Amino acid sequence: MSALLTVTDLRVRFPTRTGVVEAVRGVSFTLGRERLGIVGESGSGKSQTGRAIMGLTPPHAEVTAKTLSFGDIDLISAPPKVRRDLRGKRIAMILQDPKYSLNPVMSIGRQIVETLRRHESVSRSEARERALDMLAAVQIRDPARVFDLYPHEVSGGMGQRAMIAMMLVAGPELLIADEPTSALDVTVQLEVLSILDKLVADRGMGLIFVSHDLRLVSSFCDRVLVMYAGKIVEEIAASDLASAKHPYTQGLLNCMPVIGADRHPLPVLDRKPEWAL
Amino acid sequence: MTTAVSVQNLTVSYDDFKALDAVGVDVAAGESFGLVGESGSGKSTLLRAVAGLAPVTEGTIRVENRQLQGARRDKAFYRSVQMVFQDPYGSLHPRQTVDRQLLEPLAIHGIGDGERRILKALDEVGLGSGFRFRYPHQLSGGQRQRIAIARALILEPSILLLDEPTSALDASVQAEVLNLLEQVRRDRKLTFIMVSHDLGVVTHMCDRLAVMQNGRVVERLSSADLVAGRIGEDYTRNLMVASKGFRRG
Repeated sequence: MSALLTVTDLRVRFPTRTGVVEAVRGVSFTLGRERLGIVGESGSGKSQTGRAIMGLTPPHAEVTAKTLSFGDIDLISAPPKVRRDLRGKRIAMILQDPKYSLNPVMSIGRQIVETLRRHESVSRSEARERALDMLAAVQIRDPARVFDLYPHEVSGGMGQRAMIAMMLVAGPELLIADEPTSALDVTVQLEVLSILDKLVADRGMGLIFVSHDLRLVSSFCDRVLVMYAGKIVEEIAASDLASAKHPYTQGLLNCMPVIGADRHPLPVLDRKPEWAL
Repeated sequence: MTTAVSVQNLTVSYDDFKALDAVGVDVAAGESFGLVGESGSGKSTLLRAVAGLAPVTEGTIRVENRQLQGARRDKAFYRSVQMVFQDPYGSLHPRQTVDRQLLEPLAIHGIGDGERRILKALDEVGLGSGFRFRYPHQLSGGQRQRIAIARALILEPSILLLDEPTSALDASVQAEVLNLLEQVRRDRKLTFIMVSHDLGVVTHMCDRLAVMQNGRVVERLSSADLVAGRIGEDYTRNLMVASKGFRRG
């Protein structure tokens, strides 16, 4: 398996009035055409890792890495023009809440067409055709109607499917999904996940799935990175999750209330300072 | 057993839209009762109607054998019923210290001895007195939710309305807050009505639950029945499948 993405010693720093905050502190991994999960609590640096790969780190922050390469392209030294051409075309990102991540004053169809026309020279009608096909691929029943709707006119699940359509329409090789279903209802979550799963498998994309829900990630991905305080504390195959060694991973697994397990009180995480070293 | 909250035939309408459609729920004193359903099913509206925050068009609400009229609630009501909201970022005043937020309910109800009560409330939710003069932005999500719980408990209510109290929190912090809620319920013999979309959380916390869909209660069952799979409605079964997590089909 050739490496789609190579990350060595990735660091993201935010200078603040009270000193430098290191959100990501030396993360390394390689990704082939597989499904990789990144799990951690809020503030563990999981989202910032995804954003740094995408090139969406805020301008005042500082991103350094020994290597951060996508195929043969070195992302650290790549000029903005190269990053812009990659973004949306070869690397795409699905954000958490369709209410905030879609443009509220542009119809869903136009937003999908925009991605396509930015990256490929296609005619208006062909772009429209492909957008409609993509909407159908994310199992939207009446694509022609949804094409002309605005984001506020659709439900959260529909909005997130439109977001997936928008991200996949240009045929990216790497998809970063940052909590793609956390804002959705439990019943809709599974639907959106299975659509995402099918499209990723059919197109042979690499996927980075960022989430705080360890169980969800392990059921969806091949391999899981567990992050704590900006570092990877454990890397584990999803199937071996039950035999996780790090106490933090075990804690994350155990703290969820499970139907049928009668545990009062719930086990809580006993955070050890040495985990953050 | 006495009934703490009794809701009969309750309808809440916003113009033509019926958020609640003839809902009836009885909650016994000292019981922990769960409401589950997807967004828009009316589960939060039911709580808000009890608290006087939703326009009731029909039906009756009785709390501790007193019938409530319209949306007005007297002080005595708030002494016995308090609510904890979903988003700890939105439910605390951003420009007031923890101390002032906890003092406010005491001032409204003319309760003295603020100093001791505030320290006791902070202690009870597992935050030291060091948090007393902080602002909400200096606290994490879990700490904020603890403050919101402290504010609800400081009046020593007998009924707590919990609207998704942990859905904005990390799984690890959720466990801490759920443990705290169980602890205070045991210590104070409180009645809980808890709204959640997470069946795992509801079965963990509640004895009985009602499943809601489109403003109606579709099924009432005990947590034990749910765990054992004695489910009557397809909708509940779907929720159950959804809560088990993703399966590659």
